[in-house]
Amino acid sequence: MTHADVLRLVLYVTGDTTRSAAAIANLQEIQKLLNGQCEITVIDVLEHPELAEREKILATPTLVKVSPPPLRRLIGDLSDQALVVSLLDLGGGFTVPKQSIQRF
Amino acid sequence: MNSQFLAPVDKLATDIPGFDLVTLGGLPRGRTTLVAGTAGSAKTVFAAQFLAEGILHSQEAGVFVTFEEPPDDLRRNMASFGWPIADWERQGLWRFVDGSIQAHDDDHVVGQYDLGGLLVRIEHAVTSVNARRVSLDSLGAIFNRLHDGDTVRHELLRISVALKRMNVTSVLTAERTSEYGDISRHGVEEFVADNVVILRNALEDEKRRRTIEVLKYRGTLHQKGEFPFSVTPARGVTVIPLSAIELKQRSSNLRVTSGNPDLDGLCGGGFFRDSVVLVSGATGTGKTLLTTEFLAGGVNSNERCLLLAFEESREQLFRNAIGWGVNFEEMEAEGKLKVYCVYPETASLEDHLITIKDLVAEFRPHRVAVDSLSALERVGTIRSFREFVIGMTSFIKHQEITGLFTATTPTLTGGASVTESHISTLTDSIILLRYVEINGEMRRGITVLKMRGSMHNKDICEFTIDGCGLHVGKPFRNVVGILSGNPHMIAASEIERLDELFRNP
Repeated sequence: MTHADVLRLVLYVTGDTTRSAAAIANLQEIQKLLNGQCEITVIDVLEHPELAEREKILATPTLVKVSPPPLRRLIGDLSDQALVVSLLDLGGGFTVPKQSIQRF
Repeated sequence: MNSQFLAPVDKLATDIPGFDLVTLGGLPRGRTTLVAGTAGSAKTVFAAQFLAEGILHSQEAGVFVTFEEPPDDLRRNMASFGWPIADWERQGLWRFVDGSIQAHDDDHVVGQYDLGGLLVRIEHAVTSVNARRVSLDSLGAIFNRLHDGDTVRHELLRISVALKRMNVTSVLTAERTSEYGDISRHGVEEFVADNVVILRNALEDEKRRRTIEVLKYRGTLHQKGEFPFSVTPARGVTVIPLSAIELKQRSSNLRVTSGNPDLDGLCGGGFFRDSVVLVSGATGTGKTLLTTEFLAGGVNSNERCLLLAFEESREQLFRNAIGWGVNFEEMEAEGKLKVYCVYPETASLEDHLITIKDLVAEFRPHRVAVDSLSALERVGTIRSFREFVIGMTSFIKHQEITGLFTATTPTLTGGASVTESHISTLTDSIILLRYVEINGEMRRGITVLKMRGSMHNKDICEFTIDGCGLHVGKPFRNVVGILSGNPHMIAASEIERLDELFRNP
C-alpha cells in the first residue's frame, strides 16, 4: 500500500456538542471496521474557523475523505454506518473481514 | 416606566440612492432585513450594493455570504457597477464567505447536521474585518442543496439570531415565485427577518417596470407602497422616491426674463427664478421657438442653460435656432449651454430621470428646458410617466432652477394632453399656444393661463412668428371659444351690448 493510498479522513465538528460527540463515536466505529487502516483528524471549527473557511464547510459535522481519490464530503453525524462505508468508495472490492474487527 | 428599554429602532443609512428616503432613514440598525424578489429582480445587486455603499460612504467593512454565485463571478459582475471588490478585499473592507456549490460537492447526507460551520465562518469573517454590514445571497440556494427544509429553516433562524448578537445590520435575499403572491419560496420570511423589502420586476403593457416596496418594518415607520427603481451601470440600484418628495422648495420673488420681451409683459415682468413653466400647444404653434428664446434669454443674462431635447436632433435644433438668430453652437462652445438630445425610446423613464439628474448635478444649470415632455409619454405606462413628471418637476424645483417644459396637445385647436393633466398642478405657470381659425385662416393665439404669485395679462393675444422670433400682438377681442377649439367671431355690436350689461348704473 503506497502512501497516497492511505485512507485519510478529516472530520469537522462545531464545539463539544452531543452531535459532535456522536459523529466522533460513529467515525471511531468505522475506523474499527476498517481494521484501523485509516488516519482520522478531528477539527473543531470553533477553534479553527480559518480551516473551515479553507474547506468551505457549511454544515457540521462534515466528513472529508482527503485520500485516496475521489474526494468525498459527507454531511451529518455518520449514524448510517453502511451508507458511510459505501459512500467512502473504498473500491477494490473492499470487504470487512469479521475476524479483523478489533474491540477496545 | 424606564425609557431606556423603549429606545426607538435606530436606522442605518444604506446610501443606496433613494432607498433611505423610502425607508425614512435606511435599514433598521443591528437587525436582519429580508429582501425578496423573483429571478432578475436585482436582489444580488442590492445585496452587494448595500456593502459597497457602506465602504464608499463610511468605510464600513462588509461580509458577503454567497450561496449562489461564486466569489469570482461576483467580483467580475459587480465591477461593471464600478465596485472594485478585489481591491476592497485586499484593504480588509470586504470579505467573502463562499457557500457556493463546489465542483466536488455532492453533499451526501448521512445523519443529523446543523449549519455550525457556516455560522462559525460568518462570525470569523465579521470579526476579522470588524464588519458592520452583512449580506447573505440567497437563502433559497441552501434549501435547494440541503433538501431538509426544517433543519435549514431552524439553522437560518439561528444564524439570524447570531447576526443580531454580532450587532451587524444584515440583508438576506430570498426568491419569490411570482410578483404578487407568497413573500418567499421557502417561507423564510416568517422567522428570519424583522423586516421585509420586496423587489419587483413586473411586466406592464409589454414594458418592464422595477419597483421596490417595504412590506414590513418591525417597530419603525416607512413609506408605503411601491416605488420605481432602476439599475444603471454607473451606480447600481437607484430608487426614485416619488411620494417621499417633500414640498419644501423655497420660492423667490426674483424675476428672470423669458427671453421674449412681449411674453415678459404678459407674465407681469418675466418668470419667477425658481418656477416651472409649462408651454402647451399643438404641433407647429411655436413651442420650440419659445424654448429657444428662453435659453437665449438665459445665456444673454450670463446663466448656464440645459436643453433636454426628445423630439429633434442636434442639427435640426441648431439650424432652427440659427433661423431665429440664436447661435447654439457658439453658446455651447462658451460653456453656457448644454444640449442633450436623445430619442425617448433609448431608455426607460426611470433611466431618463436618473440621466437628467446626473446632467443637472454635473452642469449645474440655472435654466432647464425640456422639449417636449409629451414625447416621453409613449415610453412608459401612464403611471410611469406620471411618476417621471412628478419626479423631474420636484427635482428641478428643489435645485432652484427655472424650468420650461413643453407639452404637445393631441388636437390642432383647443385640447389638453396627458402631459398637462399630470403636470398642471405642479407647474407655477402655464402658457397656452393655440391655433385660432378665423375666416378660413389659421392664426395663432397665446395666453398666460396661470402665473402663481403674480398678476398677469388675462387676454388671449394674437402672435406672429418671423425671422426674429415671436411677437405678441393685440388681444382677440371679437373671437370666443378659442380654448375649447371652436372659435367663432362675434359682432362688434354684441361686445358693446355685453359691456353695457356690466356697466354700473
